[in-house]
Formats: sequence, structure tokens, C-alpha cells
Amino acid sequence: MGDTEEVKLLGVWFSPYAIRPKIALRIKSVDYDYFEEDLFGSKSELLLKSNPVHKKVPVLIHNNKPILESLNIVEYIDETWNASGPSILPSHPHDRAQARFWSAFVDDKWFPALKAAAITKSEEAKEKGMKEVEGGLLQLEEAFVSISKGKPFFGGEAIGFMDICLGSFVGILKAREKLKGEKLLDESKIPFLCKWANEFLSDDTVKNVVPEIDKVVEFLGELEVRAQSAVSKT
Amino acid sequence: MATKEEDVKLLGFWASPFSRRVEMALKLKGVSYEYLEQDIFNKSALLLELNPVFKKVPVLVHKGKILAESHLILEYIDQTWKNNPILPQDPYEKAMARFWAKFVDEQVGPVCFKSVVKADKGIDVAIEEAQELITFLEKELSGKDFFGGKTIGFLDMVAGSMIPFCVARAWEGMGIDMIPEEKFPELNRWIKNLNDIEIVRECIPQREKQIEHMMKVAERIKLA
Repeated sequence: MGDTEEVKLLGVWFSPYAIRPKIALRIKSVDYDYFEEDLFGSKSELLLKSNPVHKKVPVLIHNNKPILESLNIVEYIDETWNASGPSILPSHPHDRAQARFWSAFVDDKWFPALKAAAITKSEEAKEKGMKEVEGGLLQLEEAFVSISKGKPFFGGEAIGFMDICLGSFVGILKAREKLKGEKLLDESKIPFLCKWANEFLSDDTVKNVVPEIDKVVEFLGELEVRAQSAVSKT
Repeated sequence: MATKEEDVKLLGFWASPFSRRVEMALKLKGVSYEYLEQDIFNKSALLLELNPVFKKVPVLVHKGKILAESHLILEYIDQTWKNNPILPQDPYEKAMARFWAKFVDEQVGPVCFKSVVKADKGIDVAIEEAQELITFLEKELSGKDFFGGKTIGFLDMVAGSMIPFCVARAWEGMGIDMIPEEKFPELNRWIKNLNDIEIVRECIPQREKQIEHMMKVAERIKLA
């Protein structure tokens, strides 16, 4: 596509959802202007104008047209710059459906369970929640083995849709391990996913896009302090 | 291309908007399928085997491949049977259709049903919040016969199965008009257009039966 393309990405450095389009744009070698939203402050006018429904990041603005929802944006990038770089989604309809299915599992079931377990004050709920998260990882391990067929990524030789979806959470998992000693990426339980996670983080399209783990650790710590002070105010 | 009935199976539930929309897509494409009605309150071993992750309908089985999640199934159907396309060709239009479809199922559906049934802040507030969301769709429709343009598409099937032929009927049961004509002229026009299409009429639950069913579900929600 021509160099008069205008591509803007609105994101927040910490957000796993905002990381996803960054990786996709890297895969397709697309230049873009990045706008960091203030995580705890007020939302920019550009964000409110482009996403009046949800007022959330990430938002991709391509030639003044806003595209919303992280996985939607990744698919849009794949379809729009289809001549550049490897395909992000598989070509066969069933494989595409499978990649989208597991992404839906990660976003709609697995990560919400982790978030809930992380936030809850009830020890019982936390334990139950973490069991669900671990169970989910076992399912994802199985899915990875069957989909990757011995190759390094869900997408095969190169990073694909499912890698981007689950991979965007790897930083948080590693940070939680440092902060809480919570070993979700346990080599004894999910050896293939652990290997995959490291391959993912060292890939060229991911390397300088995901935030440093120590920065995430610091941020998670800060979030916790804020959450606690919010509770004590109520 | 002739499809043997045994090639395509659909596990569905008569009152589920998620499974009804898949039927619309299959009929639009002229795909023959074997329909297996499921009792979602007493899930069959087959359903649990085919969809162990979510344990829900619809599930499509095509040549031994198993697909779950209605949006994914619709996209799969569109990519596998190329006639009468459901999704827009243009990547931006496609992204918008997917966005609005997610909005319908994740925001409009729950807010317009569960929140109204529970009415934690009072019924008037619930109605106001629900109709605020519907207004987004009213705007999205302006001037078009269907969300898909001149013919029904992905978003029409998702929104159609969920809104007028599911949630609105629940409101009817509660004695409220969810999409009054004065407030939502575009949506009302769209609903009339949908009703004119045979495959839509064939794929919507019978009105009284569904109102009765939605009221039962509402009771369950209130007691929960």
C-alpha cells in the first residue's frame, strides 16, 4: 500500500490488548504513530471521538477510520496489509475458526478468571479461581500441542493470531511470578507452553513491543496499592 | 454444490438466538443440514463431548470438524460456502460488522435482558440504559434497508436473532415496548424488512412460545 497511508494507534503501555495490534503492525512492517493514553487520568478527545461506545484502547485509526477491539484490529491489519509479511490468520476456514475459538476462550473465560482470582479478597474464591486458571492453561497446552504440530508457535513457524492473543498475557504471568511467587508458567505442568512463552518473548516482532517485566511488576504493585486504598475509602 | 445432509449437523436450541442465527446463515447459503434439538437445561452427552470448553449451543459439525461460538460459526459458513456472502468484503466494513455484533451480544443482550429483569436501580433507569445502547444501533442503521446494506448480512443475523426476536419479546412479556416506533424509526423499519424475508421468518421462534420461555428464564434470573 502507498506511503500516504495514515496509521495511528491509541494504546496504553501496560495493556495486553494494546500490545496485540503493535505486534501485528510489526509483522506487516507498517509504520504508525503511537499515542499513549493516560491510564489513570482523563481520556483524550481522540479516544472519546473514535470509540464513543466503549471509550477504551486499543483503537487503530487508518486513514481517519477507527477500528475497535484488539482482535478485530489484528484481523483488520492482516486483511488490509495482506501482501506484506506472513499471514497472521490461518488460511483454511476451519483452522481460522479454531484460532478464533481459542482466542475467545482466552479472552472470555481464562483471563477473566485470572483477573477475578487476583482481585478477590476471599481466600476460597481465590483458590477456586486459580484452579480454573490452571485448568485453562492445561487445556491451552493440549490445544498448542495439537495445533502447532511440533512447530514453535500456534501459527506454525511464525507468530500467528493465537500466539498474539495468548502471548499478550505472558508478561503479566511472568510479572505475577516475580511479584507473588505464583508459578502459572510451570514447566512441570505445561512444558510446551513454557517453551512457547519464551520463544514468543524473544521473537523479533515481539521483543521491543512488550513492556519489560520489571516495569510490569512495579505497575502491578502500584495497582494493588490503589485497589487497597480504594477499598479502605468505601 | 450439493451437500449431503449428513455432512452438516447443527446442535441447537429452539429459543436460542445464537443457534437461530446459524440456521439463518445455513438457509441463506442453501446448505442442507441435520438439526439436533438440544435440551440446554439437561445437556446431552453429545453436546458435552463436542463442546467441552463452553458446553453450549450452537455447535456445528461439518465433515467431522467441530465448531462452536455462533460468530465463529457464521464466519466459517461464510468462508466455506461462498454464495450469498454474509460478511462485507471491505476490511473496514468487516471490522465494524464484527464490532457491532460483539456489542449486540455482550452489551445489548445482557443489559436489555438481565439488567431489566433485575432492575437493581429501578425499572425506569434500566429501560433508559437499555435504550441508550439501542440508540447506537439506530444510528448505525440510518438510511439502510439492512445493516448489511441491500441484503441481510452478519450483523442483521446477529442483531435480528437477539433483539426483535428474542429480547424484545421478553420485554413484551413484561408489558414494555422495547423499541417504540417514535424513538427508533430506523430499527422498526429494519424489523419490518426482516419479517419480509422468508429465511428469517423460518428461523425465528414462535412468538407466544418464546415469550413464555423468556418469562421462565426471567424468573430464574430474579431468584438467582
